[in-house]
Amino acid sequence: MTKKRLIPRLLQLVLIIIGVYFGFILLFDVALHQIIPKSLLTMYMLFVVAGTAMVFTFTEEGAQELVGPIKALVEDPSKKMIRNVVFVIVPLLAGYYTYTSMLPSFEAPMELRTIHPAPPSKFKAFGKSYNLTTLQNPYRKFEKEDPAKFKGLVKEGGDVYIKNCQYCHGDKLDGNGPYASGLNPTPLNFQDVGTIAQLQESFLFWRISTGGPGLPQEAAPWISAMPVWQDYLTEDEIWKVILFLYNYTGRAPRSWANE
Amino acid sequence: MNPRVAVWLVAQLHLWLGAFVVAVPMFVFIIETIGMMTRDERYDNMAYEFIKVSITAYSLTAIMGGLLSFCLVLFYPDLFKYLALIFKESMFAYALLFFAESAVLYIYYYGWHWLQGGNRKWVHLTFGLLLNAFGITLMLLANSWTTFMMSPAAVDAAGVFNGNTWEAIHNFLWNPINIHRVVANVAYGGSIVGAYAGFKFLSAKNKEERAHYDWVGYNANFIAIAALLPLPFAGYYLTAELYAYSQQMGITLMGGVFAWIFIIQAVLIGALFLSANYYLWCGMGRSDGASRYNGRIKFIAIVLVAAFLVWFTPHTLVLTNSELKSLGGPYHKYLGVFGIMPAKNTAVNFLLTFTFMSFMFYRRANKVATVSWATTGNAIQIALFTMGLINIVTLGVYYGYFTNTVYKVAASIPQVLTTLTIIIVSTVIDTLMYKGAKDVAPLHWGRMPARSQYALFLLAVSFTWLMGLMGYVRSGIRQHWHVSNIFRDASPDAYTPTLGYAANVITVGTIIFMAMVIFVFWLSTISGKHVVAKGYWKEQA
Ligand code: HEC
Ligand code: HEM
Repeated sequence: MTKKRLIPRLLQLVLIIIGVYFGFILLFDVALHQIIPKSLLTMYMLFVVAGTAMVFTFTEEGAQELVGPIKALVEDPSKKMIRNVVFVIVPLLAGYYTYTSMLPSFEAPMELRTIHPAPPSKFKAFGKSYNLTTLQNPYRKFEKEDPAKFKGLVKEGGDVYIKNCQYCHGDKLDGNGPYASGLNPTPLNFQDVGTIAQLQESFLFWRISTGGPGLPQEAAPWISAMPVWQDYLTEDEIWKVILFLYNYTGRAPRSWANE
Repeated sequence: MNPRVAVWLVAQLHLWLGAFVVAVPMFVFIIETIGMMTRDERYDNMAYEFIKVSITAYSLTAIMGGLLSFCLVLFYPDLFKYLALIFKESMFAYALLFFAESAVLYIYYYGWHWLQGGNRKWVHLTFGLLLNAFGITLMLLANSWTTFMMSPAAVDAAGVFNGNTWEAIHNFLWNPINIHRVVANVAYGGSIVGAYAGFKFLSAKNKEERAHYDWVGYNANFIAIAALLPLPFAGYYLTAELYAYSQQMGITLMGGVFAWIFIIQAVLIGALFLSANYYLWCGMGRSDGASRYNGRIKFIAIVLVAAFLVWFTPHTLVLTNSELKSLGGPYHKYLGVFGIMPAKNTAVNFLLTFTFMSFMFYRRANKVATVSWATTGNAIQIALFTMGLINIVTLGVYYGYFTNTVYKVAASIPQVLTTLTIIIVSTVIDTLMYKGAKDVAPLHWGRMPARSQYALFLLAVSFTWLMGLMGYVRSGIRQHWHVSNIFRDASPDAYTPTLGYAANVITVGTIIFMAMVIFVFWLSTISGKHVVAKGYWKEQA
C-alpha cells in the first residue's frame, strides 16, 4: 500500500517543522533586522506543528506511514541498535533541556507591562476634576468650523511639542528622540498604528497631564519617564499639542461618532 | 474556598449547563423539521437522542441555578437585594417561565413517540417551538441582569431606581451580549453533542452503532461549524459596543490587564477551527472518491495556520529585556501591523472562507457533477473565491492602515459581507451543479479513525474553557464594582485576581463540568440496558 518515497514521511514532517522554524528566524532576525520574540515564536511553532501534523495524519495511509517507523523502532528486533541509540539520546536531550531551563541567568524576569492601561473614569489635574467619559478637546471643533484658526492652533501645538516633547518622542514623532535610547519603557512612537490612533483625545489628555506618576495600579512597574505635564504646561497647551500629534501623524483620534 | 470562588464556579457551571440546554432544543427543532420534510426517520431519531441527553442536563442546570441563588443570598445579600429591587418583576417572570419550560420540555420529550405522524407531528413540532421560545426568553432575562451590572440603566448616579423596568432590562450591553450568546450557545451545544457522538462512537459494540454515531457526530460538527462562522463578528460587535459604552472598560478589556487573556482566547479559537477542519478532512476518508482532493488539503492548512499566526499576534508583545533592547521598544516594526483589529478581521475572514472550502471539498468527496456547465461552474467559483479574498485583503490593508479609527471598525462590515457573499453564492452554485450528480464512491459511515473523534472532544473542551475564560473577562472588567460605578464591591475579594489564578479556577470548573457531562453521557448508555436477573423475581402463577 505505502509507496516508496524519496524522503520518508516522518522525516518530511520533521524537516518541514525545522525549516519553518529557521525560516522565521532567518526572515526576522537576519533579513529584516527585527528579531522575532521568543514567546511569539513558541506560539507560532505550536500552531505550525499542529497544522503539519494534521495534514500528515488526516488520511489513514498518511497516519500509518507516520507511526510505522516509530512502531518499528520500538518493536522491530532488527532495529535494536538504533533503538538503543535513540533511547540513550532522548533522555539526554530531556536532561539537557531541563538543565538549561533551570540554570539561573542574569536576565531580569519578563514583565507583562500594559502599554495602554485603562484610564480612570474621573481624574484630578490643574486642581479640577475631569470626567473622562465626557471630556472633549475644546479645539477639535475648529477643524471644520474655522480651518484657518485650526491651522494656527496646530502650529502652536507644534511649538509646544518641539520645546518639550521631541527630546524623548523624537522630531518625527516616531519615539526616537535623543533621550529615547536611555529609557525603559521607551517613549512611545506616535506614528505607529497602535498608539494614539487607537485612543481618544481624552485618554491622551489624562496621560499627558498626569504622566508616569499618574499611571494606574495595573500599569506596573510604574517606571515610565513620562513627565507630569500639568506642572509645566497649561491645560490649553496640552489640548493644542494633542491636535498637533494627530495632525502631524495624519491620524484621527478614536471616536464613535457615526460619520 | 472563599465566597468569590464559590459564586464564580457555581455561576459558571450553571451557565455552561444552561447554554447547553438552551441550545439543544434550537437544533433539535431544526433537525425534527428536516426529518419531517424529508421523511427520513434517522433525523427524527437523532433529534430524540439529543433531547434525551439534554433532559438530564436540564435537571443539573436547575440544581446549579438554585445553588447559585442560594450562594448569592448567602454571600452577597446586599447586592442581591439591590438587584431584586430593580428586577423583581423579571425575576418572578423567570421563575414562572422556568416552570412552563419544564412542563413543555417533559411533554416534548415523553410525548415524542406518542405524537407521531400527520397532525400529531405538527403538534409535537409546536411544542418544540414553544420550548425554544421559553428557553430563549429565560436566557434573555438572565442576560439583562448580568448586563445591568456592567452598563446600568434606569438608575441615577447614586443608584436609585427610577421605576422603569424595561429601561433597566434594555440596557446598553443587553443586545450585544444576547446576540453573541445565542450564537455561541448553538455552537457550544453542537460541540457537546459532538462529544457525545464521539463517546458513543468509541464505545460502540458493532458496525451499525459505529455508523450511526459517526453520522450523528458529523451532523453535530456541522452545527458547531455553522454557528462558529458568525461568532467572530458577533464578538467584535460586542467589543465595539463595550468600547462605545465605556472607554475604560474597552481598554481594560483589550489593552489593559485582560489583554493577555485574549492571547489565550486566540489560541483556543485556533484549536476550535483546526479541530473542526481536521474532523472534516478525516471525514473525507468515508468515501474513496475523496482522494482526488487530498492533495489540496495542505494548501488549506497553510492558509489556516498563516491566518492564525496573524490572528494571535498580540499587539503588545511579551518580550525579554534583551529582546526589548534589540527591538528598541515594545513595538515590532513588522509584526506590529498584525496586532490591530483590521489585520485580525482580515485573518478571520480568511479562516472562515477556507473552513468553508474544506466543507465544500468534503461535500464533493463522493460525487461527480454531471451538468453540462460543470467546468464553467467551477471556474465561476474559483473566480468568486479569488476576487473575494483579494477584496478582503484590500479592504483590510486600506482601512487598517490608511484611515482613521471610525472607518477601521466600519471596514469589518464590507469584509464580512464579502465572506458571506462567497459562502452563499458558492453554496447556491454548488447545489445546482451537484443536482443529480453521479455518486462515484458511496459514503461509508463509520469508516472514521478514532483520532477524528478526539478532535470532537477537543472541540468541546476548548469551547468550555473558552466560555469560562470569556465569561470571567466580561465580569472582571467591572473591576471593583458589583454594578459599574454605582454599587461598589466592598468585600476583601474585590481585587482582580492574577491571570494564573483565574485560569486555574476556570480549569477546575471545566473539569467539574466535563465530569458532569460524562456522567450525563453514561446515564444515556445505561438507560438502554436491560439485565435479565434470572431467578430473582418470584414466579407469577
Ligand atoms: C523624558 C522623556 C519624555 C518626554 C520629555 C515626554 N514623554 Fe511622553 N512618554 C515618555 C515615555 C517613556 C512614554 C511611554 C511610557 C508610558 O506610557 O508612560 C511616554 C508616553 C506618552 C504618551 C502615551 C501614549 C500612549 O499611546 O499611551 C503620550 C500621549 C505622551 N507620552 C505625550 C507626550 C507629550 C505630548 C510630551 C510633551 C509635552 C511628552 N510626551 C514628553 C517619555 C517622555
Ligand atoms: C470565533 C470566534 C469566537 C468564538 C468561538 C467565541 C466564543 C464565545 C463563547 C462560547 C462565549 C460564551 C458565551 C456564553 O457565555 O454564553 C463567548 C463569550 C464572550 N466573547 Fe466570544 N467568541 C468569539 C469571538 C470573540 C471576539 C472576537 C471577542 C472580542 C474581541 C469576544 C468576546 C467575548 C466576550 C467579552 C464574552 C463574554 C460575554 C458573556 O459573558 O457571555 N468573542 N465567546
